[in-house]
Amino acid sequence: MRLSDRAREIPESGIRKFFELAEARDDVISLGVGEPDFSAPWAARTAAIDSLERGKTSYTSNRGMAALRERIAVHHERYDQRYDPTDEVLVTTGASEAVDLALRALVDPGDTVAIHEPTYISYAPGVELAGGDPLAVPTRAEDDFALTPERLEAAGAAEADLLVVCYPNNPTGATMSDEQFAEVAAFCRDNDLRVIADEIYAALTYGDDHASIATQPEMRERTVVVNGFSKAYAMTGLRLGYALGPADAIDAMNRIHQYTMLSAPTTPQYAAIEALDRCDDEVEEMVDEYNRRRRLVVSRFNEMGLDTFEPGGAFYAFPDCGGDDEAFAEELLEAEGVAVVPGSVFGAGGEGHLRVSYATSMRELKEATDRIASFVDERW
Amino acid sequence: MDAEREVLDVLARNAREDIDDIAAQTGLDAAAVERAIETLEADHVVHGYQAVIDWDRVDEGKIRAVVEINVELDRETGYEEVADQIAKFPAVDALHLVSGDYDFAVEVLGETMQDVSQFISEQVAPMPEVTQTVTHYIMETYKDGGVRFEDGDDDDRLSVSP
Repeated sequence: MRLSDRAREIPESGIRKFFELAEARDDVISLGVGEPDFSAPWAARTAAIDSLERGKTSYTSNRGMAALRERIAVHHERYDQRYDPTDEVLVTTGASEAVDLALRALVDPGDTVAIHEPTYISYAPGVELAGGDPLAVPTRAEDDFALTPERLEAAGAAEADLLVVCYPNNPTGATMSDEQFAEVAAFCRDNDLRVIADEIYAALTYGDDHASIATQPEMRERTVVVNGFSKAYAMTGLRLGYALGPADAIDAMNRIHQYTMLSAPTTPQYAAIEALDRCDDEVEEMVDEYNRRRRLVVSRFNEMGLDTFEPGGAFYAFPDCGGDDEAFAEELLEAEGVAVVPGSVFGAGGEGHLRVSYATSMRELKEATDRIASFVDERW
Repeated sequence: MDAEREVLDVLARNAREDIDDIAAQTGLDAAAVERAIETLEADHVVHGYQAVIDWDRVDEGKIRAVVEINVELDRETGYEEVADQIAKFPAVDALHLVSGDYDFAVEVLGETMQDVSQFISEQVAPMPEVTQTVTHYIMETYKDGGVRFEDGDDDDRLSVSP
């Protein structure tokens, strides 16, 4: 069949190659997984089951169930984010849909969208599908992969129309503080940049509380915040996310959403209500366990001589492999059966690094880091 | 969280963690971990380190029972004194004073059901304070020590994902 130019121009994801290499073997310990190893809290799962038993299988309102939007609004007060559940919250099919809707609602053809890199791989293709031009803004290891006005300036982001920000960051695990965001916010105000802030890992921070660019002065009205249930509540497969923003942006996103998705799936909305009502303790337990793994992984990589900064959030460490990251990842998989994702897959600034996911059991993490240490010793 | 609590959280999950790994997971140094463990032991917070065992999978495994015990106390004898006597039997694996319809919940381990029955009828029931016992043999254990008993793990996540 003849395909559209647009479809043909979508590049193959760099992750795909490693997925295929890893899938070809059956003895692999994978530190390449971008989702929790926990299951959704049982209370949330039973709420979903219960809703099915009661026959709750119809559409919900386009914006999502009112009871869920109200709870989302209350939940976000903990981050000092205040949104009206009636017209400033939109429930979506995963945070991925929210990012796509935000890009389509905010980007005109020819608009430039600045994206700090290394980062999650979906933003640049999303910008292109919306008719915009992505502009890579490399972040650097010496800044612990934080975004700075200097990096934005150097990349030419002053001329951009929009900025996508993702902290806590996939793949680096980097977080940013209120002070750091204050500088980026000033850059955005000075250069009239609107912002999409993907904060899907907000609940997974270790030490400092999550900070958001949307809470900086005069940033609320120029920012769409994206979040969801996938990472915090281990609900990736249930596909439920949401966007928070000024009413005009949320309304525009909802107009696209009502034709392309109609409403987010109903069953996970019931699970999400229960998750917000009752599952804070379980999230806290997951965060504590990630935190122990995080410290173990970071200390083991530093011990084997691969410099690793302390990631403040998400569930990734980003060690410097001191050479070609793709070669390292391929040879490691071949020699030791451990899968990691080369940092260069995530864009400029990721080269020479590895994304190591610690969303796997402590036992596997120890075994995998032992194998990586012997690989580094003998072959690297 | 203080150092002892951090160390305790690790040990509660895996008592076999070595000092260096506990140090790495808690961000403490190895000496601080050792001190924390010494304190936990000295304060009788940690009484021992045991494996979580599925006895059904062991040849010549053990029989377990939960026994409800009712007692009648008098001026000289309180729960402490009764508990002290019951706890002395090696067959008693765990002993709790509980709220509700009976006084003590006792977990008993024996080689055979007969062993356990004999132990209850010949050693526990005759105690002057004991007025009633109800023995529940454990037929199947699905979870113990916070660990679900099942075969292997079923990680069906994609091995590499963004």
